[in-house]
Amino acid sequence: MVQYATPRLDASFAALSDATRRGVLERLGRADASITDLAETFHMTLTGMRKHVGVLEQAELVTTEKVGRVRTCKLGPRRLEEETAWIERQRQLWDARFDELDKVVDDLKRKENVDGRRKRK
Amino acid sequence: MDAGRESELAPMKNRMTVERTSERELVVTRTFNAPARIVFEAWTKPELFKRWWVPKSMGMSLLSCDMDVRVGGKYRLEFAHGDSQAAFFGTYKEVTPHSRLVWTNEESDEGSVTTVTFEEKGGKTLLVMHELYPSKEALDAAGTGAADAMVETFAQLDELLVTLGASGGRS
Repeated sequence: MVQYATPRLDASFAALSDATRRGVLERLGRADASITDLAETFHMTLTGMRKHVGVLEQAELVTTEKVGRVRTCKLGPRRLEEETAWIERQRQLWDARFDELDKVVDDLKRKENVDGRRKRK
Repeated sequence: MDAGRESELAPMKNRMTVERTSERELVVTRTFNAPARIVFEAWTKPELFKRWWVPKSMGMSLLSCDMDVRVGGKYRLEFAHGDSQAAFFGTYKEVTPHSRLVWTNEESDEGSVTTVTFEEKGGKTLLVMHELYPSKEALDAAGTGAADAMVETFAQLDELLVTLGASGGRS
């Protein structure tokens, strides 16, 4: 396993555990925005939004740049490849299992229908 | 952002979501087109369970599957993967027919607790599988192991299909 990546993964998942922060990432995926824009979009105080952006910045999911009095936020260099790979492995495992489970369930249903018809006769 | 992912490869297939809801938790949801008692049966009868728990694509074969599905009962699954063997085992903590199963995974000190709930609605069953790990490190490590082996197997299968496709084109 890629041990070296774990602390960064932890920071990312901590950052992503909050709905507002996930919303901010989604918003920044469409276009860069200032802290003021983000605070308005998410009905929050500037201080509250600064904290959220700070957490995303630490996880390297977002970078900010101050030009004059405006701090502009954009998606960071990390993006979500590692997180996506982790979740993708889980998805593949469960998807394969559940495809097989569908077949078992269909079999059981079919048997029950046959048995039910027999009983009625 | 939606961390959950959908699977809609086949048109008739039900939607599945897989989400890491916190640094210690994984939640998978899926609907099955059958009443809860049928889906529950497939999770609790070893002869049925072993037909789907280790999909062929995992590249592992199940050597044995013992399940004593009652509170305090044990389970043990033994696998072969190439020349190596592995065992997964634990204890059932809760068994509520047709609605809830909780078991521990004791093959490692950092094993998770798995909770599966079955909720029937209109003849279909919404299944929610929740895995809680003792630490974030344990969950990160869970991305390796069996699931990784399966991804490798997929890659091998892809290669094989390419090879077969290429030779098929030549003949």
